Amino acid sequence: MNRYPLWKNLLIGIVMLWGLIYTLPNFYGEVPAVQISSGKATLKLDASATIKRLEESLATAGIQHDGLFADLTSVRARFRDTDTQLKAKDAVEKAFNPDATDPSYVVALNLLSASPQWLTAIHALPMYLGLDLRGGVHFLLQVDMKGAVTKRLDATTGDLRTLLRDKNVRHAGIAREGQNVVIRFRDVESQTRGHAVITASSNDLQLVDGQDGADFKITATLSPMAQKTIQEFAIKQNITTLHNRINELGVAEPVIQQQGLDRIVVQLPGVQDVAKAKDILGRTATLEIRLVDETPGALEAAMTGAIPAGTELYNERGGRPLLVKKQVVLTGERLTDAQPGFDGQTHEAAVHLTLDAAGARIFKDITRENINKRMAILLIEKGKGEVVTAPVIRGEIGGGRVQISGRMSSEEATDTALLLRAGSLAAPMEIIEERTIGPSLGAENISKGFHSTLWGFVAIAVFMCLYYMLFGMVSVIALASNLLLLVALLSLLQATLTLPGIAAIALTLGMAIDANVLINERIREELRNGSSPQAAISAGYDRAFDTILDSNVTTLIAGVALLVFGSGPVRGFAVVHCLGILTSMFSALLVSRGLVNLIYGKRRKLEKLAIGQIWKAEAN
Amino acid sequence: MEFFRIRKDIPFMKHALVFNVISLVTFLLAVFFLATKGLHFSVEFTGGTLMEASYTEAPQLEKIRETLGKEGYQDAQVQNFGSARDVLIRLPNREGMETGKVSEKVMASLNAIEGHKPEMRRVEFVGPQVGKELASDGAMALLLVIGGIVLYLAIRFEWRFAVSAIIANLHDVIIILGFFALFQWEFSLPVLAATLAVLGYSVNESVVIFDRVRETFKKKRGLSTPEVLDHAITSTISRTIITHGSTQIMVLSMLLFGGETLYYFSLALTIGICFGIYSSVLVASPLVMWLGVSREQFMQVKKEKQEIVV
Repeated sequence: MNRYPLWKNLLIGIVMLWGLIYTLPNFYGEVPAVQISSGKATLKLDASATIKRLEESLATAGIQHDGLFADLTSVRARFRDTDTQLKAKDAVEKAFNPDATDPSYVVALNLLSASPQWLTAIHALPMYLGLDLRGGVHFLLQVDMKGAVTKRLDATTGDLRTLLRDKNVRHAGIAREGQNVVIRFRDVESQTRGHAVITASSNDLQLVDGQDGADFKITATLSPMAQKTIQEFAIKQNITTLHNRINELGVAEPVIQQQGLDRIVVQLPGVQDVAKAKDILGRTATLEIRLVDETPGALEAAMTGAIPAGTELYNERGGRPLLVKKQVVLTGERLTDAQPGFDGQTHEAAVHLTLDAAGARIFKDITRENINKRMAILLIEKGKGEVVTAPVIRGEIGGGRVQISGRMSSEEATDTALLLRAGSLAAPMEIIEERTIGPSLGAENISKGFHSTLWGFVAIAVFMCLYYMLFGMVSVIALASNLLLLVALLSLLQATLTLPGIAAIALTLGMAIDANVLINERIREELRNGSSPQAAISAGYDRAFDTILDSNVTTLIAGVALLVFGSGPVRGFAVVHCLGILTSMFSALLVSRGLVNLIYGKRRKLEKLAIGQIWKAEAN
Repeated sequence: MEFFRIRKDIPFMKHALVFNVISLVTFLLAVFFLATKGLHFSVEFTGGTLMEASYTEAPQLEKIRETLGKEGYQDAQVQNFGSARDVLIRLPNREGMETGKVSEKVMASLNAIEGHKPEMRRVEFVGPQVGKELASDGAMALLLVIGGIVLYLAIRFEWRFAVSAIIANLHDVIIILGFFALFQWEFSLPVLAATLAVLGYSVNESVVIFDRVRETFKKKRGLSTPEVLDHAITSTISRTIITHGSTQIMVLSMLLFGGETLYYFSLALTIGICFGIYSSVLVASPLVMWLGVSREQFMQVKKEKQEIVV
């Protein structure tokens, strides 16, 4: 009667095996590694080529590696010890960044899991440690959305001025007032015409006609849709910009994520120089449009070192040199948007730029005067410029809508658009939370968390074995399997493990024992009431089931509430707590029952259960 | 081994009033301390900067205070933390202060003091808007827990059980907060997490007893309501003590080995577990009785449920 069907035993076996495999990577520890990733926004990392280059550079330096790995954004090499790692870093740095003042690659020290290849292949990775366990800096940045909207409104003010002039509508002044743009008119006719002209040109604006003393006015506000688009755009652009800048810090695994509607989390593991990190986060980069100097012979002269006056030598994407005039035609401030798309006629991939009114006017003049010449779009960052693209001007371009096309794949178009937008922050940001944890404190936190869990577990195990004998041992095995499954689940999900998370593991174990105690007490009670041992086991587990379910659901409710409303340390706690409740249900009900069934299930004549002393009141 | 050798059901309900008065007094005391002393909120809630620096030799706190005062941080709290070599500095947020730069400036002035140079261990800066959000999120989480548990218990059992369980266990939460107010222990985010976890955990205690009450009502006719409750409590008391004991072993281990960060977390859990036993056994059960639970209502509920199942 106390036997599980084969499929149930198999299920338990498979789950436990799965748990074991996914827990394994945590035991291998970590080995030193060197990580190479792209240091420039214009440079895409080609994994296979980079691996080859890395292998060669290590071979020339005579350094042995323990394996090379590549993912989408980086290439890593493992080394035996930190000495080799440091030597390798120097060698790789030299090979990949011949010009130390202008590094193209980020070469960073990192730690990689030492687990064998086959584990990594099935995505079995060690648990992802939070900053409080590994040390580093955490920033929470608030994006000033009002600032983004204001910036847009300022641009709109200029656009409207140009528009009304082009359409010959006379106005008495356009100005931004708070979150509105107010356009004044002398008479009703102008107001009506103005209204019609603006409505026809843009659907991002909501217009309200009004009267102000003797003046007639139109109050324009951005439509909620347009505001939303601006805000989404602003946060995306800021994240892209942050990515580019953080590359410079040489952080192995930076985390840059959107949090909520208007916040960005930046986590830099291993970084201790907070001042530098803050400086880099706050810096601005600019976009510049300049003309290319195409005087015959000038480029060749510049290549030999004789750079003509008023020009600068840059490298185009793809490596070809380009001589660019120093005079700046336009800056990125005039660029309101850049989107990838397709040419309307040739269906080639293209990048569509939108300039504000003033920018459009300058652009129109410049293009008219320089047909068939090339202009360069440069990204100036860290005081150094880089040519993003250098198209040929085919004709006069008016209206502020510019298209860059020609020999571009759609992927390249997307990248270029991103780069053009990435120049500067779309909206100012402010640090509203900062957490720095020194590396020694991180290591200490790991050992503290580990020891509290270990000793708590040992103490409970000893007590359970003494008090419930064999059934206690079964409970302890179930509890251990719970720990195993929880760690495996955390490794699989790559949920961030923090110190509160470790506390949650300990607490979950302490709470999970409840299910086992309930079952064991029930079995004792059944025995006390005179049931046969087999019947007692069966009744004990069955009756305890309802109670275990109820009590776990109530605990889970609390866990979910913490998960929903918690942030930071509370979230780390809640994730582990909720997962732990689920694994504890499995281990207490299925694993322990399975074990008891294996031990007692086949015995027909069972006289006694090793569940400790059963005391019966004499009165009964 | 068998710790609990109980011959007869213990007449808990006879003393129901006494237990409830005791718990009411504790509750009122907790409210009193909360009202008069208030909670000592951590930086996460209040906003501000908290820094932990470690020296190779014990530094003079007076000198640090003086230096920081000269730098314009007169309101800096400087204290030892853990050992004489570790220093904790707290700075509240002020209007017009360049909040993002505080930690570097303080570190620079600490380095400028003659003698041993400190090693920066931890910096936490929280802007004023974050703190407010945390407080409201915490309140929302508490409401969600209460609502969820009441609803679940009302569906699984009966509204009387739901109401008594939540009253009994909310009073645990207030008592935990009362302790934190009385001793001015730091109330941080992990402590909040512990408090809510305890709420879920102690309700679970009441659930076990209510489960027994339901079962006893069904099985043993002819017992009065107080007798049923007595029986239910008596037959689960062994499990209650052993479970809580085991959980407390784990918490104790955290209290001893977990270091400063987990100290208040496990302290909140310890108080929660101790009062959790008391309140779910000796407060929730009498409340159920006074709310007028009886076999008839119970059988009705059971019947409805069976229909749903069928």
